[in-house]
Amino acid sequence: MKRAEPLTQLQSIEPNTGSPPLPPAASPEGAAAAPAEARSLLATAWMRIRRSKIALLSLCVVVAIMLFAILAPVLSAMSGNDPFTSNTSPDVLDDFQTPGLPLPGYMYPSAQHWLGVEPGLGRDLFARLAYGGQVSLTIALLSTAVSVVLGTVLGAAAGYFGGKTDAIISRIMDLFLAFPHLLLVLSLTPILQSRLRDTPLGEGSFLPMASLVIILGFFGWAYLARIVRGQVLSLREREFVEAARSFGASHLSVLFRQIIPNVMGVVLVYATMLIPTNISAEAALSFLGVGVKDPTPSWGQMLNAAQSGNWYLSDPWFLAVPGIMLIVTVLAFNLLGDAVRDALDPKASRH
Amino acid sequence: MMTFILRRTGSLVLLLAAVSFITFTLFQLGPSDPAAAACGQECTPERVAEARVALGMDQPFFVQYFDYIRGLFSSRMIGAPGAQTLCEWPCLGKSFQTNENVADIIGRSLPYTFSMAIGALILWTITGVGLGLLAALRKGSPVDKFIVGAASVGVSLPIPVTGLFLLLLFVNQLHLLPFTTNEINSPFGPQGPGAWVANYLLPWIALAVLFSASYIRVTRTNMIETFGEDFIRTARAKGLAPRTVTFKHGVRAGITPVVTMLGMDIGLLLGGAVLTEQIFSVPGLGFTAVHAAISGDLPVTMAITMLAAFFVIVANVAVDLAYAAIDPRVRLQ
Repeated sequence: MKRAEPLTQLQSIEPNTGSPPLPPAASPEGAAAAPAEARSLLATAWMRIRRSKIALLSLCVVVAIMLFAILAPVLSAMSGNDPFTSNTSPDVLDDFQTPGLPLPGYMYPSAQHWLGVEPGLGRDLFARLAYGGQVSLTIALLSTAVSVVLGTVLGAAAGYFGGKTDAIISRIMDLFLAFPHLLLVLSLTPILQSRLRDTPLGEGSFLPMASLVIILGFFGWAYLARIVRGQVLSLREREFVEAARSFGASHLSVLFRQIIPNVMGVVLVYATMLIPTNISAEAALSFLGVGVKDPTPSWGQMLNAAQSGNWYLSDPWFLAVPGIMLIVTVLAFNLLGDAVRDALDPKASRH
Repeated sequence: MMTFILRRTGSLVLLLAAVSFITFTLFQLGPSDPAAAACGQECTPERVAEARVALGMDQPFFVQYFDYIRGLFSSRMIGAPGAQTLCEWPCLGKSFQTNENVADIIGRSLPYTFSMAIGALILWTITGVGLGLLAALRKGSPVDKFIVGAASVGVSLPIPVTGLFLLLLFVNQLHLLPFTTNEINSPFGPQGPGAWVANYLLPWIALAVLFSASYIRVTRTNMIETFGEDFIRTARAKGLAPRTVTFKHGVRAGITPVVTMLGMDIGLLLGGAVLTEQIFSVPGLGFTAVHAAISGDLPVTMAITMLAAFFVIVANVAVDLAYAAIDPRVRLQ
C-alpha cells in the first residue's frame, strides 16, 4: 500500500519549501545498524561524505560561512569598519539626484569598504553582512536545537510508551502540522515579543533573537517527532530493549540510554535539513518586519532594508549582497543535508 | 466508500473545532494582553480596563470562546454593555484598527489570494511534474542531471530574493510588465484576462520557481520507483505501446505522492502566500495578516490564521478522497 499518511508531507510554505519531505523513515534495521554512539555515527557519515565531491564542497562552504560569521569582529576590524557607524557625508552618499544613494566609488567593493556601503545611512556592508551572519546563524542553529530536542524526546516517548501518551502526543503533532507555519509564526512573534519585553530575555537586540528562537523552535518539532515515533514503534519490540528491561532498567533509562541513541541517525539527518529551513524562516520574518530590526543586522533585516524605500531599484548591489549570501548558505546546507541523508540512510537516498 | 467519507468528515469537524480552540487559546490566553493592544501604545490603566470590558475579556475564557464560535453561525452583539454594536454574520470580531468587521476584511482579501494561487498552481504543476517526469524517463542522462541540479538550486532560492529580483529585472529594467495594482483581482474584471495575467505573472513565477523544484524531486523519485515495479514490466511484456505504459500505468500509480503535496500546498496557499503578497503588494490574506501582525490587530491575525488552518485541514481530507479515485492500488480499507 502506498498510502502516505495524510499530513506527513506538510511543509512550511515559502520560507524555503526546502528539500522534499523526508522519505518514509529508514528501516529499523538501518537505524539499529548505525552505531549507538554519536561519535561513531558522525564518523560513519564523514566516511561516506568524503566520497562525494558535491558533499565535500558543500561541507567546505558551510564551514567557511560559519567561520565568516564567527570571525565577524576580527574581519570587520581588519577592514577598518564596524556595522553600526553611519556616514552620510556628501563625499559618500549622493546629495543631488537620488539623495542617499552611494556615490559610484562607495556603492561597489573597494579597498576601504570591501562590499561598498548601504544607501541611506552609509554603513559598511561587509561588516553588516558578517555580523548579520552571526545573528542569522545563531537563530537558525538554536531554534533547530530546540526543535530537535523537543521532537526527539516527544516522538520517542510517544512511540515507546504507546497508549494514552502516544494518543495525546500524536494529536498534538497533528494539530501543530495543520497550522500554516509561516502565518502562525508571523502572527505570534509580536505577541511573544511584547510579553518578553519585561523579562531578562527582553534586553535590546537580544529580544528579537530570543523570540525567534523560541517561536521557530517551538513550532518546528512536530514533523521530526512523527518520524522518530515511527522508528521507535519498531525499535521497542527488539531484543536489546527487552534485555535492558529484564535487567531492571527503568523506562526512562531505556528511553534515554537504549531508544534515543538508536534514532540519532534519523535525527541528525532531519536536523541538517531543518537548519536551512530556519535560516530561510529568519530571513522571511525579518524581511516582513517582525523579526530582527535595524540597527541589529541579520540577512533578513538586510533584505528588508533593501526593499524599504525601494533602494534595490536604484542600488541592486544592496539587494545582491544579502541575497546571494542567503542563497549560497541555504543551498550549501541543503546539499549537505542531502549528503548526510544519503550517508546515514541509504535506503532513503535519491535514485 | 460512504462510511469512509462519513468517517473522514466526522474527524474533519473534530479537527476544525480543535484548531479553532487552539488558535483562540494561543491568541487570547497566550502571552499577550489583547486589551492593551486594542487600546494602543499609550493607554492609561483605566482605559485598558474599559477596553477589557468592551472586548468581553472580563468574561470567563470559555464564555469568550463560545461567544466567538457563536459568531460563526449567527450575528451577535459585540462591545461593552450599553455601547454594543451589531456584528453581522459571519462574525469574527472587529478590527482594532478600523473597527471594521473582520469577515469583511477577509472577504475583500480573498479574490487577490485566489488570483495568486490559481496561476502559480497551474504553472508549477506543469513545470514541476513535466520536468520531473522527463528526468525520470531519461534517468542518468545529462538532461536528468541538469534538471536535478536546477531543482536543488530552486529549492534554495528564498522568495524575497527571487521576487525582488524579478521586479527589478522585468519591471524596472526591461519595462516588460507593469507594477502590480490593487484594481485587478479577477480575470473577468473590466480590464480583461490579459491584464489579470500581466498583473500576476511575476508573483506566479516567483512562487512557481520555489514550488516546482520540490515537485520535480518528488515526481522524479516516485516515477523511477514506479517504473521499476512488476506491474510495469507486466504491461510492457503484454506488448502495450511505451506511451500507454508510461502514462496510463506508470503516471497514474506514481503520481499519488504528488497529489498529496498538491492538496497540502493548495491548502497552504489559500491561507495567503505571505511573502509573495508582501513583495508584490497584492492585498490578499497574507498581506493583510502581515500588516495586522505588525500593528497588533489581533482579531484579524487570529481569524486569518484560523481560516488558513481550516484550508489545510479541508485540503487534507480532499486529498484522502482523491487518492481512491486516482490510484487503482489504493482501495479503502
